[in-house]
Amino acid sequence: MSATGIGAAVRRKEDFRFVTGKGQYTDDVVRPGETRAVFVRSPHAHAKIKSIDVSAAKKMPGVIDVLTGADLATDKIGNLICGWMIHSKDGTPMKMSAHPALAAGKVNCVGDAVAVVIAESIAQGKEAAEKVKVDYDVLQAVIDPAKAQAKGAPQIHADIPNNTIYQWHLGDPKATAAAFAAAKHVTKLDIVNNRLVPNAMEPRAALAEYDEGSDHLTLWSTSQNPHVARLVISAFVGITPEHKLRVIAPDVGGGFGSKIFIYPEEVVCLWASRKVKRPVKWTSDRSEAFLTDAHGRDHVTHAELALDADGKILALRAKTIANLGAYMSTFSSSVPTYLYATLLSGQYNIPSIYCEVDAVYTNTAPVDAYRGAGRPEAAFVVERLMEVTARQMAIDPADLRKRNFITAFPHQTPVIMAYDAGDFHASLKKALELADVKGFGKRKREAARHGKLRGLGYSAYIEACGIAPSQAVGSLGAGVGLWESAEVRVNPTGSVEVLTGCHAHGQGHETTFAQLVSERLGIPFDNVSIVHGDTDKVQFGMGTYGSRSGAVGMSAIVKALDKIEAKAKKVAAYVLEAAEGDIEFKDGKFTVAGTDKSAAWGDVALNAYIAHKFVGADLEPGLKETSFYDPTNFTFPAGCHICEVEVDIDTGKTDIVNWTAIDDFGTVINPMIVEGQVHGGIAQGVGQALLEGAVYSKEGQLVTGSMMDYTMPRAHDLPSFHVGLTTTKSPSNPLGIKGCGEAGAIAAPAAVINAITDAIGTEDLAMPATANAVWSALQRAKPRQVA
Amino acid sequence: MYNFTFHRPTTVRQAAGLLGRNPEAKLLAGGHSLIPVMKQRLAQPSALIDLSKVEGMVGVELKGRSVTIGAMTRHADVANSTVLKEVMPGLAMVPGSIGDPQVRNRGTIGGSIANNDPNADYPAACLGLGATIITNKRRIVADDFFTGMFSTTLEDGEIIVKISFPIAKKAAYEKFKHPASGFALVGVFASKRGSDIRVAVTGAGSNGVFRVKSFEEALKKRFSPKSLEGLSIPATGMNADIHASPEYRAHLVGVLARRAVAKAVG
Repeated sequence: MSATGIGAAVRRKEDFRFVTGKGQYTDDVVRPGETRAVFVRSPHAHAKIKSIDVSAAKKMPGVIDVLTGADLATDKIGNLICGWMIHSKDGTPMKMSAHPALAAGKVNCVGDAVAVVIAESIAQGKEAAEKVKVDYDVLQAVIDPAKAQAKGAPQIHADIPNNTIYQWHLGDPKATAAAFAAAKHVTKLDIVNNRLVPNAMEPRAALAEYDEGSDHLTLWSTSQNPHVARLVISAFVGITPEHKLRVIAPDVGGGFGSKIFIYPEEVVCLWASRKVKRPVKWTSDRSEAFLTDAHGRDHVTHAELALDADGKILALRAKTIANLGAYMSTFSSSVPTYLYATLLSGQYNIPSIYCEVDAVYTNTAPVDAYRGAGRPEAAFVVERLMEVTARQMAIDPADLRKRNFITAFPHQTPVIMAYDAGDFHASLKKALELADVKGFGKRKREAARHGKLRGLGYSAYIEACGIAPSQAVGSLGAGVGLWESAEVRVNPTGSVEVLTGCHAHGQGHETTFAQLVSERLGIPFDNVSIVHGDTDKVQFGMGTYGSRSGAVGMSAIVKALDKIEAKAKKVAAYVLEAAEGDIEFKDGKFTVAGTDKSAAWGDVALNAYIAHKFVGADLEPGLKETSFYDPTNFTFPAGCHICEVEVDIDTGKTDIVNWTAIDDFGTVINPMIVEGQVHGGIAQGVGQALLEGAVYSKEGQLVTGSMMDYTMPRAHDLPSFHVGLTTTKSPSNPLGIKGCGEAGAIAAPAAVINAITDAIGTEDLAMPATANAVWSALQRAKPRQVA
Repeated sequence: MYNFTFHRPTTVRQAAGLLGRNPEAKLLAGGHSLIPVMKQRLAQPSALIDLSKVEGMVGVELKGRSVTIGAMTRHADVANSTVLKEVMPGLAMVPGSIGDPQVRNRGTIGGSIANNDPNADYPAACLGLGATIITNKRRIVADDFFTGMFSTTLEDGEIIVKISFPIAKKAAYEKFKHPASGFALVGVFASKRGSDIRVAVTGAGSNGVFRVKSFEEALKKRFSPKSLEGLSIPATGMNADIHASPEYRAHLVGVLARRAVAKAVG
């Protein structure tokens, strides 16, 4: 391993500009003559729009134009779409409602955009927005996903009965029912996976500029996948043909999934820019972000686990209602289906699984992928079931897991996924040691002496990353392929630019991707630049989410580097006047086998461009190669997290006193960055378990609409983590990478809740487990404990 | 934010004059409650009268058997006051528990008690110590000052100049922080000054800060957490919201009162 190659804990290149305020985010981009868009948003969760009067607003100072859904329809701007088709168990396709970028006659959630003011300044835009008169006929709202399907519930979209998008299933219902009938023990659990607000540090923003001379549009946007944004905005929304739209996603301050999707504001800014012939900028404020960023999770699940007398799992079944909010966001349909039910086998040999999922509309913000996307929900179901089962069957929770671990690979689960590598015993063993589980009894007794209840909770999670093999996801309904592209450009001086279709919004690609190139070409890490996030520079790419940049994006770079090396050897053969077959390349140097003749990387790069030594026409000048890499399988990061908590009996407050995370991410490019990803993921998972939860009133008002009521995790909520790795390489990509971006958020909620329920002796506890919730659980459990 | 005119007087008299001439004006102290609602366009004062340059409104002073704190004294300066930490550390605990360093370096004691947010910390200290609020017009004892949620006896044109706290030998504050905002979900200030025993609660009551007479009576026999064992207050009249039920808040009042007394007796 070199000092800056694969496996080195190199400091992040991008941090200098981030920590010194020199990043360039969408809101930092200023175009000559730019105007500001201010949206008029619905204060009601569900209402008919009787009329909109923009005449007074148009007369306000600094106002350039005021546009509504009627103008959008006149200009034939299309709807936003969900790009993943799911079929119900009866074979019917999912029911996707219309989703215009500005409401067409009806609003379906608080924050729905009704009109937009284009003004010289934000202040003038806000003044004018207050003058837009919207006459609403307020309708009854439905917030609770279970109630949305009931007879008599308000119907949100006229053509979609029972507010039901699809009724999907996966697995074998008959075999599962038979296994349950034969079971010695059945564990039953009702679970609510709480709705979360993503809260990326940088709120969403869009800046659109129309160039009348060339009839081209440019969009600067906070996007995790600018090419997909361009494709959807051109091909589906119909703003302009794809070749006339450039999307640039510059520095982006966190996404966590919420910036994958195509939102109304981007469409409106593009459309308005062409109408007013000036650049149009919108930057969300935090209040708008709470209301309009796609939320995460929001499942209601009943789950059951069947076991034999020895604690061997026979079957698992689950019935989930997934709240997708008022409209189907870009990838919303895939989250509670193929990203969820396919992981219900966990790390265990489970002969039969059956899962039913109903997706429903409610009068709430749309719900889509959020860090982990479906997999945290699956891990929570499986790992809560395991812990509760262990307690009910009086088996040590680690032992119950050991009895059921998958040990032979590849392993075909009953729910599509074929796990290709892993060592679940190894991660559990290491976690048990690092967490000093042996000493837990003593610590528990000591805590009790201070009025504290100590508990230990496990989460032996598995997830699917490296999203994803195109043929496989295509067969499951995806509207896109999920390969990745890379272009490696070697300059005449030997420095290298890598163009990638991945997008970095905190992950550190400029560092890790450069480490790969440094390792492969033997050139200094600083001689490598990573270019991403601009559809005019990178031909196409699928963006970053689902921990795919390492496993898929870097694999594309490997393929391109293979081609670079092959061509460079041809060039070197001319330079060294030797046969191509005798050229060897190592540590940045070309040598002729069996001789002391050599050429440096820089010499060969220069010769590729001056082409003075090429003889004949068999070799083209230049050194630039492109690759598209399509993975052969998902990757399967897995591991074991152990959380130890102390609960204050008097107040119900939980303190996390110890956290052990043993993860198997396959090959690690930069251990420091990986550790940071684990820390961040756990923080978000702890946030979900202890603190966060979007709450709507029954009228559909977002009660947790600001940081005053929505509790984000803070440093003092978290312990110092003990992290470690076990490694089995992924056989499904050339580097053996599995991915690490979401593991913490997937593992953490179950570990926390398992630990608290262990401490308080009752399973009757929902997330977020606030002090009040834990205290109430203790009160409810008291009479039972006495009885 | 809507437009407003901005005034920066240098004397209390000037400030009062401006307030009299601008009935829609608001006094600006630390601005931590006022500015956010203005930014959200939920408040539209015609003018802001900034008190930051008014003379004589800043500082912590020992005056005989009391401590006087200027209304414009920042939370951080009260929390770190050497004088206060020596004579009555229990009071210094209160501003030390407010918000974060940014808030503590801007927010003021006068702004806090004039606003009387039902979850604010200072009202509990004022009531729990029997403080006197000194305005440009009169002296008001804390028991009369706080009249309900976001409501005080301050009249139009009245400006808090300073607050006088009698020094209690035994005094302490216990706070259970609201998980999101950091305000007091429940906060209890307990003190003993001779025979004057006070237990004041913030955050819990649906009508703002209040005293718990039953606890005070119990503590008169012996100022010890043991005297409060088994005592509780009813859930009626407690705040209910998504963060805490009335039952939980009532329960916390008991827990925190015992902890405050324990801390006060050291």
